[in-house]
Amino acid sequence: MSAQAVAAPHAKIAAPEHRETYLNYDYSWKSWLFTVDHKRIGILYLLTVAFFVAIGGLFAMMIRAELLTPQGDVLESETYNKIFTMHGAVMIFFFLIPGVPGVLGNFVLPLMIGARDVAFPKLNLLSWYIFVVGGLLTLFVAATGGVDTGWTFYAPYSSTYSNTRVAETAIMVFITGFSSILTGLNFLVTVHTMRAPGMTWFRLPLFIWASYATALINVLATPVLAITVLLLALERIFHIGIFDPKVGGDPILFEHMFWFYSHPAVYIMILPAMGVISELVAAFSRKRIFGYSFVAFSSLAIAVLGFLVWGHHMFVSGQSAYAGLVFSVLTVLIAVPTAVKIFNWTATLYQGSVEFATPFLYVLAFFGLFLIGGVTGLFLAAMGLDIHMHDNYFVVAHFHYVMVGGMVTAFFGGLHYWWPKMFGRMYNELTGKLAALIIFVGFNMTFFPQFIVGYMGMPRRYHAYAPEFQVLNVLSSAGAVVLGTGYLLAAVNLIWSLKFGKVVTEKNPWGATGLEWETQTPPIPHNFEVTPRVTQEAYAYHEMYSGKEAHGVH
Amino acid sequence: MLQELPLTPPSASTFAPQVDALYWFLVILSTVVTVGIFAAALFLSIRYRRRPGVAPGNIEGSLRLELLWSFIPGVLAIGIFAWGAKVYFYAAKPPPDVMDFYVSGKQWMWKVQHPTGQKEINDLHIPVGRAIRLTMTSEDVLHSYWIPAFRLKKDTVPGRYTEMWFQATKPGKYHIQCAEYCGTKHSGMIGECYVLEPEEYQRWLSGNTGEAPEVAGQKLFENLRCVTCHMAGAGQRGPELAGVYGTKVALEGGGEAVVNDEYIRESILKPLAKVVKGFQPVMNTYEGQVGEEEIMQLVAYIKSLKAQGGGKQ
Ligand code: HEC
Ligand code: HEM
Ligand SMILES: [Cu+2]
Ligand SMILES: [Cu+2]
Repeated sequence: MSAQAVAAPHAKIAAPEHRETYLNYDYSWKSWLFTVDHKRIGILYLLTVAFFVAIGGLFAMMIRAELLTPQGDVLESETYNKIFTMHGAVMIFFFLIPGVPGVLGNFVLPLMIGARDVAFPKLNLLSWYIFVVGGLLTLFVAATGGVDTGWTFYAPYSSTYSNTRVAETAIMVFITGFSSILTGLNFLVTVHTMRAPGMTWFRLPLFIWASYATALINVLATPVLAITVLLLALERIFHIGIFDPKVGGDPILFEHMFWFYSHPAVYIMILPAMGVISELVAAFSRKRIFGYSFVAFSSLAIAVLGFLVWGHHMFVSGQSAYAGLVFSVLTVLIAVPTAVKIFNWTATLYQGSVEFATPFLYVLAFFGLFLIGGVTGLFLAAMGLDIHMHDNYFVVAHFHYVMVGGMVTAFFGGLHYWWPKMFGRMYNELTGKLAALIIFVGFNMTFFPQFIVGYMGMPRRYHAYAPEFQVLNVLSSAGAVVLGTGYLLAAVNLIWSLKFGKVVTEKNPWGATGLEWETQTPPIPHNFEVTPRVTQEAYAYHEMYSGKEAHGVH
Repeated sequence: MLQELPLTPPSASTFAPQVDALYWFLVILSTVVTVGIFAAALFLSIRYRRRPGVAPGNIEGSLRLELLWSFIPGVLAIGIFAWGAKVYFYAAKPPPDVMDFYVSGKQWMWKVQHPTGQKEINDLHIPVGRAIRLTMTSEDVLHSYWIPAFRLKKDTVPGRYTEMWFQATKPGKYHIQCAEYCGTKHSGMIGECYVLEPEEYQRWLSGNTGEAPEVAGQKLFENLRCVTCHMAGAGQRGPELAGVYGTKVALEGGGEAVVNDEYIRESILKPLAKVVKGFQPVMNTYEGQVGEEEIMQLVAYIKSLKAQGGGKQ
């Protein structure tokens, strides 16, 4: 983006050995736990979400082990129900939602707009602490008996009949939600007020647009979730008569309130991931994103439309057929801005200078998996078909394709892309590529059979199932082993690099545009020696490479 | 191999082929779209892979392309919506001549009452070729009644009635599964739907005697002393119920209500929620005295009173 740093009067370049970075200026644990540096907070989030992903992954493996055979023989029914509930809740609230904003957003968002930090650094740290408190509560719930309502907490099972730790879990979700709200607020204000001189709205990298749209949803939708789970906890403890018909409540009301948040929440998960993909496509094809403004505004369109489609989770709940019509038509329409993004990314590759580096392999994997996830969403949006599909394994496959195939793949792509900037080390490229490939293959092995077994008639959340579903379930469980191996390999490669990886000191190892690549690697505590001044659009690759030979920089 | 791994459940209702048609259409469409876009991305990435001495192009975008690739998916999306809605409304509107079955979900079993009074648990025996309507509720939590071979499901909701109708086309035995998570033995809340030839169904019925719901309902109506207030005569304090089903009644405090299953259920459990115009709110609640099955029998009885008054509803 070639911000021209205003020549600093006493710009001395310190010798590399003595370079101060945000990582090495202070090693004490206090300097980490009380840091207000967005970069360090990003790393704290990285450690936390990694911990929860490991737990969620362990639960997933237990589910797949149980489903190897039709009989419920590995776990008790009740245990199985607790395991899938905690798998879903942990993955959604402690990884899918905070993953990209908490880790990548925190680290790169201020760098990308040329700011020294986010607008409210202390609030940012508070977000992480709230997140940790929520996490500790989850561990408490898991250690003291667990919860078995499914991550959807449908009443009146949750409000009255379940005798597991529902109220505690509701409070956990309530608390964790505030972490999202505060991060959202912080990002909104940061983008509005902290942009470097010259960084106009239409010079913003698309990751910023996506993060901005996400922050909007977070701030507007998460309070509804907070209210919902709070009412649920009150209903459970005091039987106030909101959701349980036995005391005058309405269970359908719970579904409406839950999905009013939880549908927008799926965009909280995927929009930042789409932002990451925009960055990666531009960087690895060395081209301006085709139709920049369409990609930017499609994020906002998705954010707005996403608030109006929640009823597509309720086509067979007894909701009015005419309400269903409205929800169905709005749902199919939301596929349009999504398709626009995919077409623009694809078109960006045209006449590009495409490098098949590890992050780009994740981009390709994202394309394949997210496309499948998106088109199968249309199956579910078609009301007549959803009568059969609802709550069967087809739905499970759909949302794993979009959330894991989409969000997690993009997260790994982004992590591999910004890793050298974050830690000043490069992972092993070959291992990185191999892991991406294994993940892609393993993912399809795990989840593709679930589309078929769903249509064949296997309901979700079943501890035991009819024998004709076994072949596909065995395939799925085998795939889960391959997929798990892929993720582990990627993680080991990254961790290995911290000690043994090639040291990176160049500012811009990928030859990419973006202010984050114009500061030291790893960045100094306050990001920039001097406030950068932006004079160009976000993806000025042509200016960067025309006339020169395009050469591999790293 | 395909024999062992069918891609769809058996197709055994008039509804199933409609769902399958839409499904296979979408499978083909989405395969074309997915493979097409993915192949294009792969092709472009390889075709324009990084080569020394070749600089990337400089392209802004194209309004025409943007409009084109918004418009085409938009049209396809609306088409999918319209087709899906058409199929959905077929399932939403039962034909006039249906057999009424009553289903009540309960952790973790299905209780079914036949129009002729037979009861069964978990399984469902029905005649082939007849339109059948299930009026359903739940005694505790949400459940969902799903017969994959019919491609139909509907949630059963405590405190409400939901409906689902189908016409089986092929005799056989098909799974019934609870699709809405309902607690510990959710995956055990299953049964079989036996679709029988009409004679066989008659034979099954005669082997399982029972009281028709409206007959049972009539007895309840007497035993619970509903008669004292609802029978023409000296003690009458409540409205006449014969012929009231399906009509609209005016309410105290304005407004009106359609007398349907839901309304009758509410009148029994929460009589004060809607008070009929011109009457005192003296009817007391039967909450706790009657179960869902009994309420369904009372509803069937009040419905049948209409049948006597004039024509089948
Ligand atoms: C103490 C007298 C009394 C008894 C006993 C009684 N009802 Fe009622 N019922 C009324 C009155 C008065 C109304 C009209 C006011 C209202 O809607 O609450 C009424 C209304 C109704 C209605 C609505 C009728 C309409 O035209 O909209 C139904 C249905 C009904 N009762 C059914 C029953 C059944 C079934 C029972 C027995 C389980 C029963 N009632 C027992 C007094 C009674
Ligand atoms: C093209 C866009 C999409 C469409 C048309 C779509 C449509 C749908 C529909 C109709 C359902 C309800 C299915 C049912 O329960 O019967 C559903 C479920 C779901 N979708 Fe999507 N979806 C899309 C994209 C996404 C994205 C991007 C995500 C997340 C990143 C997502 C996550 C989910 C989840 C989590 C569920 C199921 C929740 C549950 O019941 O537990 N979807 N989708
Ligand atoms: Cu949704
Ligand atoms: Cu169930």
